[in-house]
Amino acid sequence: MSGWLSKRGGWLGVYAVVYLVFLYAPIFLLPTFAFNDSTVIAFPLQGFTTEWFSGLSGVPALTGAVKTSLLIAVTSALLATTLGLCAARAGVRYRFPGKGPIMGLIMVPLVLPEIIVGVSLLVVIVSILGLPLSSWTVILGHTLICTPFAVAILNASYQSLDTSLEEAAIDLGETPVSTFRLITLPLIMPGIIASLLISFTISLDEFIIAFFLTGAEPTLPVYIWSQLRFPQKLPIVMALGTILVAASIVMLTLAEIMRRRGLKKAGKKDTGGFL
Amino acid sequence: MKPLITLSGLHKSFGDVEVLKGIEAEIGEGEFFSLLGPSGCGKTTLLRIIAGFETPTSGVLSIDGRDMSTVPANKRPTNMVFQSYAVFPHLSVAQNVGFGLRRSELSKVEKAKKIEEALGMVGLAGLGGRAAHALSGGQRQRVALARALILEPKVLLLDEPLSALDKKLREQMQSELRRLQRQVGITFILVTHDQEEALIMSDRIAVMFDGQIAQLAPPQELYRRPVSRRVGDFIGVMNFLPAEARLEEGRDIAVEIAGLGRTVLEQEQCPAGFVNGRGAVGVRPESLSVLFDGEQARGEVAEGEVAEVIYYGDMTYYEIALPGAPERLTVSMKNRAGRPVLERGAAARLEWDASSLIYFPS
Ligand SMILES: Nc1ncnc2c1ncn2[C@@H]1O[C@H](COP(=O)(O)OP(=O)(O)O)[C@@H](O)[C@H]1O
Ligand SMILES: [Mg+2]
Repeated sequence: MSGWLSKRGGWLGVYAVVYLVFLYAPIFLLPTFAFNDSTVIAFPLQGFTTEWFSGLSGVPALTGAVKTSLLIAVTSALLATTLGLCAARAGVRYRFPGKGPIMGLIMVPLVLPEIIVGVSLLVVIVSILGLPLSSWTVILGHTLICTPFAVAILNASYQSLDTSLEEAAIDLGETPVSTFRLITLPLIMPGIIASLLISFTISLDEFIIAFFLTGAEPTLPVYIWSQLRFPQKLPIVMALGTILVAASIVMLTLAEIMRRRGLKKAGKKDTGGFL
Repeated sequence: MKPLITLSGLHKSFGDVEVLKGIEAEIGEGEFFSLLGPSGCGKTTLLRIIAGFETPTSGVLSIDGRDMSTVPANKRPTNMVFQSYAVFPHLSVAQNVGFGLRRSELSKVEKAKKIEEALGMVGLAGLGGRAAHALSGGQRQRVALARALILEPKVLLLDEPLSALDKKLREQMQSELRRLQRQVGITFILVTHDQEEALIMSDRIAVMFDGQIAQLAPPQELYRRPVSRRVGDFIGVMNFLPAEARLEEGRDIAVEIAGLGRTVLEQEQCPAGFVNGRGAVGVRPESLSVLFDGEQARGEVAEGEVAEVIYYGDMTYYEIALPGAPERLTVSMKNRAGRPVLERGAAARLEWDASSLIYFPS
């Protein structure tokens, strides 16, 4: 056995490598076939092409799905972050009866199966309220599942914010509202941006809830799913998937950079974040 | 002394816990006033009530003759230096110091001039452009001071401002704060748990235990005439010996002190009041002395043994065991040229004087 392997935990190293391969190999298959010059998704590879990427722009239904998804993701991210900001402030700064259970219930969608959320929202919206399905119903569902993430991120921002900073601003003559604008907001801004980015990413690639609640205009993941029936379109779907994965990685990296910058700005030590 | 702040019957409870139990005090204009007490006795809570961050459960606080119960924190003539300094990390030093001027009518140039003046006052001239999060602890504290003083408040509130600094810097800041207070002439209220700091800096000190003011007096009176055994023990070092006291004819009090014997005290030596019976006698280490060979006693003498010697360079502290005394007595002696330092275990002649004793009934 080589020296470094035994020194660093023996077969645990091998385990880690196998684990990572298992986790990420499928994701690497996406770009592999997205650039493969064949409509058949199979080895051996047939040569390099960007045909599938250029083919993306020629599909109007696809452009529509991208627009719908962006609209839903931006709106859900804004709503979830606003709600998360209020919940985090309440949770960290104030005491009120029933605080524990209330904060717990806000976080529950984090572990609730999405299919349950999707089906129950569908029942409530269609059968009980009698409303038509539209992008707004998807936004409702996505806000619900994004809010716990927003709360978790903004909780951390609020916790690392020294209460006496806000008190000092009041002491120097500011009102609670101007204190929030001048002191609180700038100091938790990295957390707000991180929350927006993560909520946006979650909403953008969420499938199950969107599938149940979408109206006439499908979101991008729902559109992709509908295209899987046509084998000749698979490479285009691969190209689309590649773009989505790349965009998600960029977003999450930005979110993490923002979170770390926030800690540094407040002069705090990193206690481990989401990523 | 013209009173500026009046605290009357202030109570504060958090839930079932009563943190302040009836605070009565008057704080004068231009006075350096300290709230001194062990951690958890309610000092910060009292300071925050004065600043307006906490509302008293009952009682009245008035500043400059005005009841503060309906005045919010941002409208009070007070400014605070927080224990954590609370320097805004996303602003520059100048923006921090000028923060309170945002709402003033002054022109940009006048504001900049005021900021530079305030920075100069705390020894940070020329550092206005620095980022606040890049400052050292001592510098951040100076920024917090300048930021609070620039608004020319009637009262400056300081919550343990020096406790995070190392010893050298702390001593330097103690004298600097005192100088600053004389220079600006406004009332300073300092919260501290460090009795030495309070003695050095204050005009008057309120010693607090368990949410009550145990004694409010100038430093010298506090040190010389503590009104309770607990105050005497908290301020400096005090030796206690069990004693039994009885009122003699006239005004004198006869006491029988364990280890020292019988003597007579005057009424002033009972600042806590007097009752016949058992109690304790307190005496400061510097009021006792050890006699060296050939030295003539001027006061009374008790024979004992040196149980411990602690050498400080300028001073030597002896612990003397006296027959009949349940505890050793600490004696501090100045080290002079030619004066020997006694060895542990040596016989010691302890000189004491009845006028330096304080009697506390139990
Ligand atoms: N907001 C609060 N809620 C509950 N208890 C508090 C609060 N603030 C202070 N206390 C309690 O009040 C007591 C006095 O606190 P404090 O005034 O900070 O003491 P000090 O400054 O003398 O150390 C402590 O026991 C503390 O736990
Ligand atoms: Mg305190």
